[in-house]
Amino acid sequence: MTTLAPMRQAYGEALVELGRDREDVVVLSADVSNSDFSWMFAEAFPERFLNVGIAEQSLVDVAVGVASTDHVAIANTFAFLFATRALEMVRTHCCYGGVPVKLMGAYAGVSDSFDGPTHNAITDIAIMRSLPGMAIVVPADAVAVAKFLPQVVAWPGPVYMRLNRNEVPVIFDDDYAPEIGRAVVVREGRDVTLVGTGLMLSRCLDAAKTLAEEGLEARVLEVHTVKPLDVDAIVAAARETGAIVTAEEHSVIGGLGGAVAETVVGAWPVPLERVGIGDVFATTGAYDTILEHLGLTSAAIVSAARRAVDGKLR
Amino acid sequence: MHQHTDALALDLARMAQQLRIDVLEMVVRAKSGHLGGPYSSAEILAALYFHHLHVDPDDPSWPERDRFLLSKGHAAPILYAVLARRGFYPVEELETFRRFPTRLEGHPDMKLPGVEMVAGPLGHGVAVGAGMAWSLSRVVPKPSAVSAPSAFASRARVVVLLGDGELDAGVVWEGAMFAAKHRLGNLTAIVDNNGIQQTGATADVMPTEPIADKWRAFGWHVWEIHGHNVREILDALDRADEVHARPSVIIARTTKGRGVSFMEYDHRWHGGLVPTEAQYEQAMAELQTSLSELGAETKA
Repeated sequence: MTTLAPMRQAYGEALVELGRDREDVVVLSADVSNSDFSWMFAEAFPERFLNVGIAEQSLVDVAVGVASTDHVAIANTFAFLFATRALEMVRTHCCYGGVPVKLMGAYAGVSDSFDGPTHNAITDIAIMRSLPGMAIVVPADAVAVAKFLPQVVAWPGPVYMRLNRNEVPVIFDDDYAPEIGRAVVVREGRDVTLVGTGLMLSRCLDAAKTLAEEGLEARVLEVHTVKPLDVDAIVAAARETGAIVTAEEHSVIGGLGGAVAETVVGAWPVPLERVGIGDVFATTGAYDTILEHLGLTSAAIVSAARRAVDGKLR
Repeated sequence: MHQHTDALALDLARMAQQLRIDVLEMVVRAKSGHLGGPYSSAEILAALYFHHLHVDPDDPSWPERDRFLLSKGHAAPILYAVLARRGFYPVEELETFRRFPTRLEGHPDMKLPGVEMVAGPLGHGVAVGAGMAWSLSRVVPKPSAVSAPSAFASRARVVVLLGDGELDAGVVWEGAMFAAKHRLGNLTAIVDNNGIQQTGATADVMPTEPIADKWRAFGWHVWEIHGHNVREILDALDRADEVHARPSVIIARTTKGRGVSFMEYDHRWHGGLVPTEAQYEQAMAELQTSLSELGAETKA
């Protein structure tokens, strides 16, 4: 039975720990701190928590000002708002201007499933990935959130961290030691590589078990950093396993699948299948129901892996 | 508040005129760039960089420096000119404006010494400046800033120059509310109220009046001045410094294209036109005449 742990609770705790370690950390919010759990930082360090109101453009601009004056600025709001409403601020100041604001995109993917498509972020990776200088980190579970947050703060440029609203399967224990920019081989295999990010990493691991029962040994590669992409790990996967499946809680356009496809087609072309959300908006309902409805399941990954492996023979 | 001498006011007026001449040469050489907005803000830039702001051209990132943010980024040529004249880089570098390879991008970029914020897309300065002003006024040690942590907030001030057309942008008012909430007395905005934006009069494009009442309603202390009168600019900046519990805004009533007869009040000189050779000759003659009428430098 899969154990679940709440990602946003882990995020709030990690923020407080960071605040204890670093006096120069300032947390900013566009009035959703009880949603994303940055309220925990607000309670511990009220003098360096800034609620700018329901004003996401100002959220990023004020954070830019804070980060320009010897502070670490960690800006918090819903993922889709960073990627859409506040995007010009992100592009102009964080990316072009190089001001290293840390953007914490809450409720990413379809994890705010009951609030529906207006609150989903299913194109955010594609949008952020297109910006020169932006790094994109997607933790896969609650443990990973705590492991990444100090690294995100230490990263020299802007970072977009994509956070899930819900309880998600526990994959890692405290031995997990990820580094921004370096993919993690979570399971070894030679027949196909399942490249997963965020919640879909757990689906990849489930799929690998099913495939093993059929005699296919799948490598599972965690790409927690969609940008800068670990090109060596992707090319090695293509060369050594000859087939790739990508899996993400995001549109199939321009996200992890797009990034991997761009890499593979240039360096070592192999059959590649992308599991993700088609060119559609989602709909409202329970999280698992919506994931199933969108085809974000281990069964979909298994089917895609079979197709990719068959493709090797052609 | 200081009593500013006649000699100082004259020198700054003279510098403003020199900046207009620099800008004309830059735009004509590049065959591209904005003139109207730089010309309406020439006296403001001269007063800031040659009197008001505490900056060090030899140490552009001195932590205690005042921060100037040009929110109306299309006035880049006059920012470039004033930084060069103030000694941040050689005046000769102005020749590279908008010409590859250059640090003098079409709009300001922080790779140029003295530039504190990327600008161009309008509306950012107040919110970014408010973030800077908030963190500069934080009374805590800043371990990453200096080796010997100070227990006191910085005395550095933040000054933002924005256009009046720029007031159309909603984020200006988001930032204004943040600054008022946090009582940022170390933040001063200056509105270059020349009444004209890219395609016409602000009164027609999107009426912004009553500008002063709007800022008052947002919790700012408001000063209204004649924006080409150097003494009024200096006095307003000094008075703004004396307001500690609120951000201040100086509404500077200016003339778009100020200083060149055929550019004044004409929105086409916002950025759409580059002077012909004849226009260049006439503009330069007018600017030179005005400069000589101000008399010889006093070195006050």
